[in-house]
Amino acid sequence: MDITNYVVLAAALFAIGATTVLLRRNAIVVFMGVELMLNATNLAFVTFARMHGDVTGQVLAFFVMVVAAAEVVVGLAIIVTIFRTRRSASVDDVNLLRG
Amino acid sequence: MTEFVAPEIDWLALAPLIVVLGAGVVGVLLEAFVPAKARRMTQIVLTLAALAGGLAFVVVLWPQIVAQPVQVVGGSVTLTPFALGAQGIIAALAFLGVLVVADRTATGQDSFAPTASAVPGTSYEDLARRSGLEQTEIYPLLLFATGGMMLFASTDDLIVMFIALEVLSLPLYVLCATARRRRLLSQEAAAKYFLLGAFASALFIFGVALIYGFAGTVRLLEIAMAMRQGGLPLEGMTGLLVAGVLLVTVGLLFKVGAVPFHAWTPDVYTGAPTPITGFMAACTKAAAVAALVEVLYRISIGLGGASPEALRQLQIVVVVVAVLTMVVGTAVGSVQTDVKRLLAYSSIAHAGFLLVGIAGFNLQAQSSTLFYLLAYGIATIGAFAVVTLVRERRVTAGSGEDNGPVADDGIVLGEATEIAQWAGLGRKAPWLTAAFALFLLSMAGIPLTAGFIAKFGAFTGAVSGGLWWLAVLGVLASVVAVAFYLRLLVVMVFQPAPADSGVEPVETTPGVEPVETTPVVEPVETGVSTTTTATMARAQVAAPQRVVVTVVRSRGPAALAIVVCAIATVILGVFPSPVLGLVEQASKFVP
Repeated sequence: MDITNYVVLAAALFAIGATTVLLRRNAIVVFMGVELMLNATNLAFVTFARMHGDVTGQVLAFFVMVVAAAEVVVGLAIIVTIFRTRRSASVDDVNLLRG
Repeated sequence: MTEFVAPEIDWLALAPLIVVLGAGVVGVLLEAFVPAKARRMTQIVLTLAALAGGLAFVVVLWPQIVAQPVQVVGGSVTLTPFALGAQGIIAALAFLGVLVVADRTATGQDSFAPTASAVPGTSYEDLARRSGLEQTEIYPLLLFATGGMMLFASTDDLIVMFIALEVLSLPLYVLCATARRRRLLSQEAAAKYFLLGAFASALFIFGVALIYGFAGTVRLLEIAMAMRQGGLPLEGMTGLLVAGVLLVTVGLLFKVGAVPFHAWTPDVYTGAPTPITGFMAACTKAAAVAALVEVLYRISIGLGGASPEALRQLQIVVVVVAVLTMVVGTAVGSVQTDVKRLLAYSSIAHAGFLLVGIAGFNLQAQSSTLFYLLAYGIATIGAFAVVTLVRERRVTAGSGEDNGPVADDGIVLGEATEIAQWAGLGRKAPWLTAAFALFLLSMAGIPLTAGFIAKFGAFTGAVSGGLWWLAVLGVLASVVAVAFYLRLLVVMVFQPAPADSGVEPVETTPGVEPVETTPVVEPVETGVSTTTTATMARAQVAAPQRVVVTVVRSRGPAALAIVVCAIATVILGVFPSPVLGLVEQASKFVP
């Protein structure tokens, strides 16, 4: 199978993730969209690593995983704090700041 | 098996970063070992010492790096004079920012929640407040953020840049959520900043992946050289590279706060604790702009050789973003009614002016962004420091005058951020008003202040890059910006203080701060607008009370920061040549 298909798949997953972030209203789901984007990036990294025949891309994927994990920790902490205050995780309810 | 070769590391070149990040780690340990009473002072001393140490190492390294830029750990840290200059500016601004953070003012309370994780309005929060808990973790977080910013500005490796981006962002997301007052706004700001920030980092890293796909490496200089010489694995697929560079640029422009990636800026600047807003506005912008300049410059070396057409398209993108940013920043800024929000839009407008200088893709002009970042950062930290001192105070109706320091009968509340509330401040606190006026004039770019020299540099850069019309547009936008700074000044100096209207019954228990949940903005014509509604269900209805605006005394650090910022603004405006000389030395991007 042609290896460029994986790049196309990565781009498609990335686009789905970005659409999720822009369209969905639940903070957790928005956050999952971000995670999907990061994992699509990982797929692109390993595919390109395979194309170029060097391991840099695979190592980079590990870095992205670590960063994604750190982001989950901070992000969920913030979302849970808001949820405990308001009993809602919808980004539409979080609307005190505007103008 | 080949033998493992230990890399040679130039530790001295890494010293500014190691001092700051190492002190952050030590700060986390201190949380565990130092008794609660001594913790705050220990953390403040450690933080300030680390930032001063980082700055000292920058000064020590300067002559060596100007003579010979170095690459450490194979280019993961690329210390050019420009990068070192950015590190120095970030460390210096962070030092001033931490001074403001550390100030407890005459009220004895800093701007941070006793326990940021407690649900607002619960008995647990009351308990934490009464027992005088303090969240001293903010100081290590500030150090990590500063370290991340310094690394962000001084690397050639896109992956290191991505990690630095996260190291600087994650502490900032947390810091945004820690305000003592208006906690819901603060948490909301953190959530918005986090979701949009994570989205921007994802765009950035996907851009890096595409660039890696095109070039087989993530080192900008190697990419540039390879493009000039040709022979890349995917030679024909420039589209991959252009898409990658665009995504990386978008990720950086988000941190810079440029339109159309600015949506988070006003909300986050308003909701975050004010000292953090000042720190964030000055230091994050410095780091992000420095990184943007380096990425664009190095990519433009490569694109200039390989495909001038793509370089021209990239320049058009930067120009369009610069124009949009200036127009939106100044236009929307001029209708704001909240001081913090006004300063946020001013920061967006400044991102536009900075981009005008960058858009010329001209070597000299790009190094002049350093001067701009310094001038803007100083004025911003000073201005937000002033905002932390202008407070609302609740007094019983009919009680005495409210000039002078905190009276016994009044409870000092949060900051008075409505512009209308700032009326008559010139009489109440002439020195503070003078300092604030100086910062605003510097931001407006009035001659004899640092801001004028900075803007002059940025616009000269655009002209020498052949974009004179962009410079003209920049000047026009500055004129509009002057109008909205002056509007605030006129309110402060010439309008009388609001009359004693706005008497309202407020539920309260003496000694307990109200927790604000739903800001109610009253019509401005009453002169006193309140953004406070107490929601203590069990509180008694007290005598009719009103909210007046008062200026609390600083306990020293914030006042020191304001004085230093004011003096620096004047000195940089009147005798800029020594600093401009240093900046000129810094116009070197390639080792």
